[in-house]
Formats: sequence, C-alpha cells, structure tokens
Amino acid sequence: MELINLTMLWAVIIGFGVIMYVIMDGFDLGVGILFPFAPDEESRDVMMNSVAPVWDGNETWLILGGAGLLAAFPLVYTIILPALYLGVFLMLAGLIFRGIAFEFRFKANRNRHWWNRAFYLGSMLATFCQGVVVGAYIQGFHVENNVYAGGPFDWLSPFTVFTGLVMVAGYALLGATWTILKSEGRTQEWAYRITPKLLIAVLVGFGVISLWTPFIDEYVRERWFGHLTLFWVLPVLALLCAWQIWRAVANRSEGQPFVATLGLFIFTYLGLIASKWPYLVPPDITIWDAASAPESQLFLMLGVLFVIPVVLGYTAWSYWVFRGKVRGGGYH
Amino acid sequence: MELDPVLLSRIQFAFVVSFHAIFPVFTIGLASYVALLHGLFYKTGNPAWERLASFWIKVFAVVFGMGVVSGIVMAFQFGTNWSNFSQAASNFIGPMLSYEVVTAFFLEAGFLGVLLFGRGKVPEGVHLFAAIMVAVGTFISAFWILSTNSWMQTPAGVELVDGRFHVTSWAEAMFSASFPYRFTHMALASFLTGGFVVAGVSAWYLLIGRDVEANRKALSMCMWLLLVLAPLQAFVGDAHGLNTLEHQPTKVAAMEANWETRSNVPLLLFAWPDKEAQENRFEIGVPSLASLILTHDTDGVVPGLKEVAPEEQPPVWLVFWSFRAMVGMGVLMILVALVGLWYRRGGRLYTNRCFLQVLRLMSVTPFIAVLGGWFVTEAGRAPWLVYGIMNQAEAVTPSLSGWMVLATLIGYFAVYVVVFLTGGYYLTRVVREGMLAEAPHDEVERPTRPLSAAHTSLEADGGRTFRS
Repeated sequence: MELINLTMLWAVIIGFGVIMYVIMDGFDLGVGILFPFAPDEESRDVMMNSVAPVWDGNETWLILGGAGLLAAFPLVYTIILPALYLGVFLMLAGLIFRGIAFEFRFKANRNRHWWNRAFYLGSMLATFCQGVVVGAYIQGFHVENNVYAGGPFDWLSPFTVFTGLVMVAGYALLGATWTILKSEGRTQEWAYRITPKLLIAVLVGFGVISLWTPFIDEYVRERWFGHLTLFWVLPVLALLCAWQIWRAVANRSEGQPFVATLGLFIFTYLGLIASKWPYLVPPDITIWDAASAPESQLFLMLGVLFVIPVVLGYTAWSYWVFRGKVRGGGYH
Repeated sequence: MELDPVLLSRIQFAFVVSFHAIFPVFTIGLASYVALLHGLFYKTGNPAWERLASFWIKVFAVVFGMGVVSGIVMAFQFGTNWSNFSQAASNFIGPMLSYEVVTAFFLEAGFLGVLLFGRGKVPEGVHLFAAIMVAVGTFISAFWILSTNSWMQTPAGVELVDGRFHVTSWAEAMFSASFPYRFTHMALASFLTGGFVVAGVSAWYLLIGRDVEANRKALSMCMWLLLVLAPLQAFVGDAHGLNTLEHQPTKVAAMEANWETRSNVPLLLFAWPDKEAQENRFEIGVPSLASLILTHDTDGVVPGLKEVAPEEQPPVWLVFWSFRAMVGMGVLMILVALVGLWYRRGGRLYTNRCFLQVLRLMSVTPFIAVLGGWFVTEAGRAPWLVYGIMNQAEAVTPSLSGWMVLATLIGYFAVYVVVFLTGGYYLTRVVREGMLAEAPHDEVERPTRPLSAAHTSLEADGGRTFRS
C-alpha cells in the first residue's frame, strides 16, 4: 500500500513537472519561433525582454524532470532516451544554441542579427523535437527485456513529423498570446493578427492527431470509444478554451487569450494521459513496472518535497516582480 | 574499420565531461574566494576588497553560466549512451544525481541572486551570508557528484538482485572507501585552480599597471594561499594514491607502468608502455623510488599489471602519461609558490616582470592538472564502470550502433566549440574591462541567468551603436 502511494505521488510530481515545462518553456520557445516574423527589431526587443526574466527558470523543469525520471522511473529514462537517441541530441543542440544566443544577443550590437538567427533556429529545432517525442510516445516503443530493441529512426515517422509540426504551431500560439499580454502598440496588434491563424492551425493539428491515434493504437480506441466515459469532458473543455481564445482576441482582451491557451494545453495534456494511463512506456510498461526501489523513491522524495515549494515560490515571485507591460528599452 | 559503440561512447563521455569539468572546478574555488573577499571587506571596510569582489563576481557569473549550459548534456548522457548502467544503478545514482540538481536549483533560487545583484540593495552582512552560502552550496553540489563517482570506483552499501543494485545502506554507499580522499583532493584542486587564475589575472593587471593597489593585495593573498595549498595537495594526493593502491591496485600499476609484481620498483620518468608486448619501451627511471613512495620502503612489493589478464588492463599509456601531466603541473605549482615567497623580499613579487609573466602563464596549469587527474582515475578503472562488478561493454546502450555515437560525438563537438569560443572570448573581454565602473545597461538581471551579471559588450569597440 505504501509503495503504491509513493509511486503515485512520484507520477503526480513528474506529470506536474512535464506540464509546467511544456507551458512555461512553451511560451518562450514560441517567442523564439515567432522572432523572424515580428514587424521590426524594436518588437523583437520587446519580445525578448518579456521572456528574459523567466526563460531560464522555465528550463529548470526540464532538468528536474530528467533527473527525477532517472531516480523515480528509471525504465522511462533508460528506454526512451536510447530510443530517441538522435532526436535527443538535436533537441539539446537546439536548446543550447538558443540559450547562448539569448545571452549574447544582449551583449552584441553589430552582430545581433546572427544571434537572432541562432535564437530562432534553436527554438524551432527544440520545439519540433519535443513534438516528435510526443508523437513517438503515442506510437509506443519496441521493448524486449526492459531494453529498447527498435531501430535508430523508429521515432521518425509521418505521424511524429506531423506531431512535431503541430507542436511548433502550438508553442507559437502560446508565444503569440504571451506577446499580447506583455506588449502594446504595433507589437501587440501584430500578435492579435497572427493568433487566430495559429489557433486554426493548432485545432486542425489536434483534430487530425485525435482521429489518427485511435487508428494506430487499439488501446486508445478502446479507452475512448469502448464505452462512454467521463474522459470526454476533457476534449470538450479544450474546445471551450479554443472558443474563448477566439472570442478574447476579437474583443481585444489582453490577458484572456494567454490564460485560455494555457487551458487548451492543460486539457489536451490530460486527455493524452487519459489515453495512455497507466502505461508510462507504451505499449507494455506501466508506472509500477518502471518504478525504482521504494527506498530510493523515498530518499529523493524528502528533498524534492522540500525544494519544489521553494522553486514554485521563487517562480511565482519572479512573475509577480516582472508583471505588466514590457518596452524595448527595458523596464520602466 | 568497425565503429565500436563502446569506445566511441567512452570518447564522447570523456569529451563532454572534460569540457564540462573545467567550469565547476573553477567556480567552486572562485566562490570561496569571493566569499573570502566579502568577509575581508566586512571586517576591514577597505574598499579595495569590495572592488575585487565585484570584479570576480562577474567572472564567476560567466563561468557559472557556461558550466550550467555544458552540464545539460551530462544529465541525458547516462540514459542515451549508458542505459544498461543507468538501469542497473538507478536506485543509487538516480537520487544522488537528482540531489545535485536539487541543490543547484535551491542555490539559484535562494542565494545566487543576492550575491550577483544584491550589492547596495541588501545590508552588507546579508550579502556576505549569501556569498558564504553560494560557496558552501558549490561544495554540496560537488559532494553528490564525487560521492556517486567514488561509489562507482569503490562500490559499497548495495546488493545486486536480478541485475539491479539495491541500496542496503545509504551511508556506506555515499561514503565509500575512496570518497574522503577524492573529495579532499578535488576540493584542494578547486582552490588551487581559483588561486592560480586569480594570481595570473592580478599579475597581468600589475604588468599593465592597472588597479595596482587592489591587485597587489589580491596577488599577495593568493601567493600565501598557494604556498600552503600546493604542498598540501601533494600530501593529499599521496594519501589518495595509497587508498587507490589498496582498492584498485591495477590502476596504480598503470600509473607507474609497472607490469610485474615485484620489489624495488623504479619511478619512471619516461617510458612508452606497450600493452601488446606487455612491457615498456625506452624506459628511464629512478631505481626503487616508486616502491618507496607507494610502500614507504625501497624493498616494498608493488602489484603489477600482469596480475590481471590483458583485457582487464586499462589503457596503460593514457593513464601513465596523464598521471605524469598531473604530477608535473603539481610540482611546477609548488616551485612557483616557493619562488613567490622568495620574491617577497623587497616587494619584487609585484614588480619582477619575468615572474609576473610566469604567473600569467601558470593560470592554465591547474586545468591541465585537473583533467590529467580525472583521466587517470577514469581511464584507470577501465574496463570496469562499477569497479569489479559491471564493465563498460555491459553498461553501454544495447541499441546503439557506432555511426550513431560518431554522429552525435561530432555534433556535440561542434556545439561545444561554438559555446567555448564565444564564452572564452567573452570572458577575456570581461577581464580586459576589469574593475572599471559599470557600463549603463538595460538588461534584466536574473540569478537563473548568471550571464546577466556581466555587462561587457561582446564586440571589441564596445560601441552601443545599435540602440538610438
């Protein structure tokens, strides 16, 4: 009984870490994706300054998630990383380039356009790879004796390329609604204009994935269409959020588009979990199979329960301090 | 030639970890130095200490930032390239490595911000406290990593059930036989690194006559520290070597390129170890000295490499020469520290241009020594990954093929070259700008982005032509 609770608690912590990462690094990666399309260099300054206080803290969750997986659910770590070997490299390369570009763009003057490019390309690459990871996860992994036994490019299929592209659109939507929240004037007007287009792209993408998935995965089909379940409330809520984004942009509301986009992501994420639960490495390995020894889960839990409130408190404080509109020349 | 995923994974890990290690080893020493400067300022009120502190905090911030960036890859390599090891050892290494991450985040959220940006905004006592906490925090971070590494060298406190390690005693696993020696050796190495870099930079400032008063103070303090630490390190290193002789005799045999178990083993000054022939070529040595060092008796018996089969021997030439690089640098450091003491007479320490130039060049030696030392200890345990229990071929990811590892090795190399060149170039600009007054800036300063603590321009002319 105790074991079950500990593993469940870890599942909740890791699940929470993943969605925190997706929505938080999502909007700053999205800002990177939209970078070359911004109306002018001043808008780019505004966009960059709007994520400068928070972006690095956002990536905290990726590292915490990676390390936490090794400690709490080692099988996920030791099967999915080998399975996505080349994809993981591309994602890390993208994130590193983007981070370096971010820092040195502030310090560069004449060569700023080079760092702009690195920031955009790194953001695109990292986002696309993350979408591919989601696609590969939905597809499932070929595992024998708890070891990945598939080929080097199993993660690259038409389906995963599609999920990669949808992820780019999704993060761009987060970035656009974040920009609406944090900017004014020309930059904000531009963000209002692109948001509906991105929303349509995201909805079409989610729709295609939702129809495609039950065809490639019987387990998912059974879960959603086997009998009428309460899970159907999730896609309905996601659609309501989408409708809310549309309306809020039409009314030129500043905060609601971003909040509704967060809702769209969270309900879609919960829907994905509902499709696969309790499988952590589809199609065969459940969270109980993947768990590490209870004493190891407990040993780390003590530290994590102490530090997560600190990280959360610090994060909340950062966003509070840097609330409000951003201008090109820094904070006033 | 067949591409061997095990060999390539080893090269990849060695490359990434070597590249990464030079940053933390520097930041650990520098954090303590910054805390010391703050303490001196707090006690004496002399503004020279404060000027030095705020300059070295900027350097610390840039190096810390580069350490974080280069460390991201490390967090994933255990899974991508060494998945069988990660799976077998996850019950121990998982929580240990996670605690390192947790420590780092706690530091960033709690104290780094106050240290980097708190000057003038918080009371000086709080600033000093933050500096001390950051210094302590870097050691706690190092503790988790070195404890994990020591466990892999001298495993304890676990039992192997169905191919997976289960922790039976956390205390025994965390404080394994080689841990106290490795930790002390590494802590001193960090201090020596910080000390020689600070001494080198101060010497350069004195050479060009900038901020003479503050840099004389800094140089004098460093040289006293190095005079104590450099010989102390030789003593600790010797103790670490004796511990290794007890637990990993084959590693010591490779360090000395000693093939036969015998007495009166010479200390080799030069040799070309030939693993195929199982003997050395071109051997030049001091008779019986290795026996004397390792057993404190010229007739002492030292175990040889042939105690184990050739396939269980480490790459002898690499261990042998890395060890010589480390010891050579160590001897050089002790000599320079002694010469520095000599030059204090009449204040020549601050004016002798030749010695100041030597100090400038000496700032790279600790990095060579640290990398040499890690090559000895890591290559020296080959073919084992968990010593005596799991070898490298068993530990590697089974689904890897050679070309995949080669592709990512080249990729990481390319990424790191860009990071290193840009970061290194930027660091030299920060040092060149020195202790000048802060340039006006409009950057948002955040502790999670340590690089935002430095405002030096990346381009040589420094002109802020971009913004009107």
